[in-house]
Amino acid sequence: MSKINIEKMLTELQELMGDKLQISRDDSFSWLNINSEALLDLMGRLKNDYGFNYLANLTSVDYGEAFEMVYHLYSIPDNAKVGVKTRIPGNAAEVDSLVSVWSTADWQEREVFDLMGIRFKGHPNMIRILLPDEFEGHPLRKDFKVER
Amino acid sequence: MLQTEQYIINIGPQHPSTHGGLHVEAVMDGEHIVDSIVHLGYVHRSVEKIAESRTYPQFVPYTSRLDYLASHLPTLGYCQTVEKMLGVAVPERAEYIRVIMAEFSRIASHMLFVGSLAIDLGATTGLIYCFRDRERIMDLFEMTSGQRLIASYMRIGGVSHDLPDTFIPAALSFINDFPKMIEEYEGLIVGNEILQARLKGIGVLNAEEAIEYGVTGPNLRACGVEYDIRKVDPYGIYDRFEFDLPLGSKGDSWDRLLVRMQEMAQSVRIIEQALQELPEGEIKAKVPRIIKPEKGSEVYHRIESSKGELGYYIVADGGEKPYRLHVRAPSFVNLMVLPIISRGEKLQDIIANIATLDPVLGESDR
Repeated sequence: MSKINIEKMLTELQELMGDKLQISRDDSFSWLNINSEALLDLMGRLKNDYGFNYLANLTSVDYGEAFEMVYHLYSIPDNAKVGVKTRIPGNAAEVDSLVSVWSTADWQEREVFDLMGIRFKGHPNMIRILLPDEFEGHPLRKDFKVER
Repeated sequence: MLQTEQYIINIGPQHPSTHGGLHVEAVMDGEHIVDSIVHLGYVHRSVEKIAESRTYPQFVPYTSRLDYLASHLPTLGYCQTVEKMLGVAVPERAEYIRVIMAEFSRIASHMLFVGSLAIDLGATTGLIYCFRDRERIMDLFEMTSGQRLIASYMRIGGVSHDLPDTFIPAALSFINDFPKMIEEYEGLIVGNEILQARLKGIGVLNAEEAIEYGVTGPNLRACGVEYDIRKVDPYGIYDRFEFDLPLGSKGDSWDRLLVRMQEMAQSVRIIEQALQELPEGEIKAKVPRIIKPEKGSEVYHRIESSKGELGYYIVADGGEKPYRLHVRAPSFVNLMVLPIISRGEKLQDIIANIATLDPVLGESDR
């Protein structure tokens, strides 16, 4: 497989996705900030058309009025990398599951659900993974109060 | 037709072969595993939440407690992540000391892997040999940090203490004796016919599935995938060392053992080079007392721990505590394939599969 040309990929995706996609960069990653409705479509393309076969990390950040889902993708053996972010409103914390794209999303999404309380549409087994089933609340949310 | 029904056998959480608090429900059809359901969280301490109420330096000791079998590695990953955020350059001597400690951690972790695999499969003596040798690495850690298991030796900007005079002779003597240790393991454990029969062709994971499930580290290399973050995305000074990546071909439990056996020798090679080139000088960069990374800065940094890709994702809000800290734990992700590789095998094989996936529960549960 030929080496992924990241710049070319970014241009192509920008053309395709239009205003649903904003591209930004920091020191180590090119970031694709995608509208949450187009997330599954974008991720499918990244994996199947551009060879990002390895979803390394999947996590979330609570910004109060919104949650941000953060994905770090790599390709083996091309060694290219790209980051994807999507924002979802804090009062309707739901986003498409990526289990159908990468199996590794399974437990990582369950962890986000467990600790951050974000639901994943289309996840085959949306139950807690680290905390007991009867636990109330989601500890990584900023409004979760820790008793000392 | 004889009426049969499936039944469940609980393995753990209180069972020595689960290496800590891991609970697996094995759904059995007669002697064969139909499915296995993994329950995690028995050692969950919510370190990600704790991190939000600790300053950046205060969080260092918590990282040691993630992977307590190779405690320098998670600490190294964390310190490098914060250094990346701050743009701190670590002094040369400290970089070399870090590599030495990191590779000794890897050897200690792999020795425990080999020993505990032996005892899991009924070869008690094997464990004693590996622990005897691992003890010498623990002594090295004690010399530098005063701690054996959970050292918290690395600091943001370098390491806490310089190497004592006794360290280098002790390290060289370990390296000198290392081939004999491996020879003993080869004869006693790896060469054991029963052990081979219990591992060969068991728990087979193919390369495609491994990548699909995000498996990393020796478990991925056992499938024949040449992927090691020290090589593909070098951090610190790893690009200066010469070492090979041992690869497997079948991705079974046997390959996972062989890869780790060979990796120990490669780690020794790296330590030898690092000891030879070890420069004099500072061991800690000048880092402000109160660390406040810029507001909005965020970093994902990953290292090759003894278990696989260990990543830290930190978001800063301009304060002295992280706004959000996430640990990408290789043990957690690697365990996901346990049901897949155990399907259709017998109950005793799942014990070998847990052992050869090498999870450490402190890290997977966080």
